[in-house]
Amino acid sequence: MRTRINYLQIGVTAALVLLTAHGAGTRTLRAIGTSSEAREDTSGAATLSGIVKLEGSQPVATRINMAADPACLKMHSAPVMSEEVATGTNGALKDAIVYISDGLGNRTFDPPTEPVVFEQKGCTYNPHILGMRARQTLKVANSDPTTHNIHPAPQNNREWNLSQPPGSSPIEESFAREEIIPVKCNVHPWMKGYIAVFKHPYFAITSKDGTFDLRNVPPGEYTIETWHEKYGVLTQKVTLETNQTRTLEFVFKR
Amino acid sequence: MKHNRMRAHFAGILVLLFAGVGQVTFAQESHIGGLTGEASRGKKLYRRYCVGCHGPLGDGRGENAPWIDPKPRDFVTGTFKCRSTPTGALPTDEDLYKSVTRGFVNSNMPSWLPLTRQQRADLVAYVKTFSSSFREEKPPSPLSMPSESAANQQSIQSGNELYQKMNCWSCHGKEGRGDGPSAQTLVDNRGYPIPPYDFSVGTRFKCGESNQDLYRILMTGLDGTPMPSFANGLTPAQAWDVVHYIRTLQMNVKRKKQTAENEKKDGGESKPVGAQPE
Ligand SMILES: [Cu+2]
Repeated sequence: MRTRINYLQIGVTAALVLLTAHGAGTRTLRAIGTSSEAREDTSGAATLSGIVKLEGSQPVATRINMAADPACLKMHSAPVMSEEVATGTNGALKDAIVYISDGLGNRTFDPPTEPVVFEQKGCTYNPHILGMRARQTLKVANSDPTTHNIHPAPQNNREWNLSQPPGSSPIEESFAREEIIPVKCNVHPWMKGYIAVFKHPYFAITSKDGTFDLRNVPPGEYTIETWHEKYGVLTQKVTLETNQTRTLEFVFKR
Repeated sequence: MKHNRMRAHFAGILVLLFAGVGQVTFAQESHIGGLTGEASRGKKLYRRYCVGCHGPLGDGRGENAPWIDPKPRDFVTGTFKCRSTPTGALPTDEDLYKSVTRGFVNSNMPSWLPLTRQQRADLVAYVKTFSSSFREEKPPSPLSMPSESAANQQSIQSGNELYQKMNCWSCHGKEGRGDGPSAQTLVDNRGYPIPPYDFSVGTRFKCGESNQDLYRILMTGLDGTPMPSFANGLTPAQAWDVVHYIRTLQMNVKRKKQTAENEKKDGGESKPVGAQPE
C-alpha cells in the first residue's frame, strides 16, 4: 500500500512536469474535445446567399477624435468616422456577420492551416470585424508608429491583453471556442473591433453592398443568424435541398 | 526485470492521470512549496471568511458585493490580476497563495496573514474549484525574471524613453499621477470603471511592493483590467529600466510634495496660494 502511494506521487509529479513542459513556450489554448473528420463532402452541396439591410432613417456616422495621441492624429488628413454602423445604398448594412448557428449536428471541422490577420492601422482595426475559425492562428499586426495594446474581452475563451510597440513582429494567438469577441485598445479608447470565432466554415461578413455568400453547405435544416454590433441578432430557419441555391434577406429596424 | 515492471506500472499510472482521473485530484488540491491544500477544508474556511464578498458560487456576488468598490473577484472566469504566468494563462497555486496572504491595496480584500499557512493553502485549493479552467488547463511555467540591473542614470533615462514610447502615459499620465488622456475611459472586464495606478500615492502596488513585483506586473499584465502585458514589447533589460524610471516618478512626486509643504511652512501666510515661484 505504501509503495503504491509513492508510485502515485511520482506519477503526479511526472505528469505535472510533462504538462508544464507541454504548456511552456506556447500560449495556444488547448481545445476541449476532439477534432476529426476534416473531409468535407461538397457533392450535392447548397449555396445560401442574400443581403442584410437596415430599415428606417439612415444613421449619421460619428466622427472619431484622436487628439489623445498625436501619433494617431498625424496619420489622417481626412476626418475618421466610427465604423459601428456603416451602410451602403438602399439600406445595405456593412459588417453584419451571417452564420449557421444550428443544424450542423455533430459534424466537426479542422481549422485551416493558414493564419488570419488583424491589423492595427491608422489607429483603427483592419478589418473592423474579423471572422476566423476556432484554433486557427490569429496574427495581430501593428502597422502604426505608436504603441497599441490588443485586448480581447471574451466570455468563453481566456482573456489576454498584450502591448505591441511599433515595428514589432505580429503577435500569434488563437481561440479555442466559438464566440464573437469584442476587441479594444485601452490606450486609444475609440479603437473597437470584433473577432468572430466559429467552429465551422459557414459564416460571412457583409461588405458595403450588404451581401453575403455561404457556399458548399451540406443539405439540411438550419438556423441562420445575423449579428450586428449595434442592432443585435436576427434569426431565420431555412431548409437547403441538394444542389440548391437559396437567397435570404435580413432586415434590421432602427 | 523488476525495474521493467516498475516502469510499466508507472506508465499505467501516467495513462490513468492523462485520462482525467488525476485532473480531478489536481483541481481539489493546491501545492505551495511543501504544503498541500485540500479543497474540502478550504470550503469551511471560505464559508466563514470569504463568502460575504465572493459569494457562495465564487462569482463575486456575495451579499456585501453591492457596496464594495472595486468589486470582489469573480473566480468562475478563472481570470486573475496577480500572476507569475503570461497574460491569458491561469495563475499558479503560489500566485493565488501570495494574493490571499498579501491582500489588495485600495480594496476591501485584507491580508489573510492571520490564518495559518495550511489554512491559506486550503483556501487556494477551494477557490480553484469554482472555475472549470483549472480542470481543463494547467498554468504554464512562470515568466523567467533575470536579475535586476543597476538602477543608474542611464537605466532611468532609458526607462523614461520607454515610458513615452510604450504609451504608458496615455493612462498613467506624463508625471505618473494616473491622469493620462485615456484614464477616464478605462473599465475592467465587468464594465466597472477602473482608475489607472497613480504613482504618487505610495510605494505599494496591486501585486506587491518590491521591484520584482513591479517587473512581474509589467511583463504579465493585470488580466481583467486595461493593464496589458509588455512581454512582447520589452526585453527583460528594458523592463528593468521602466521599473527604475517608475521608482523615480514616485520619488519625484514625494519630493515635490515635500518642497510644497516646506515652502508653505517657510513662507507662512505672506505667500498667496497658487503664486508663481520667483
Ligand atoms: Cu491603440
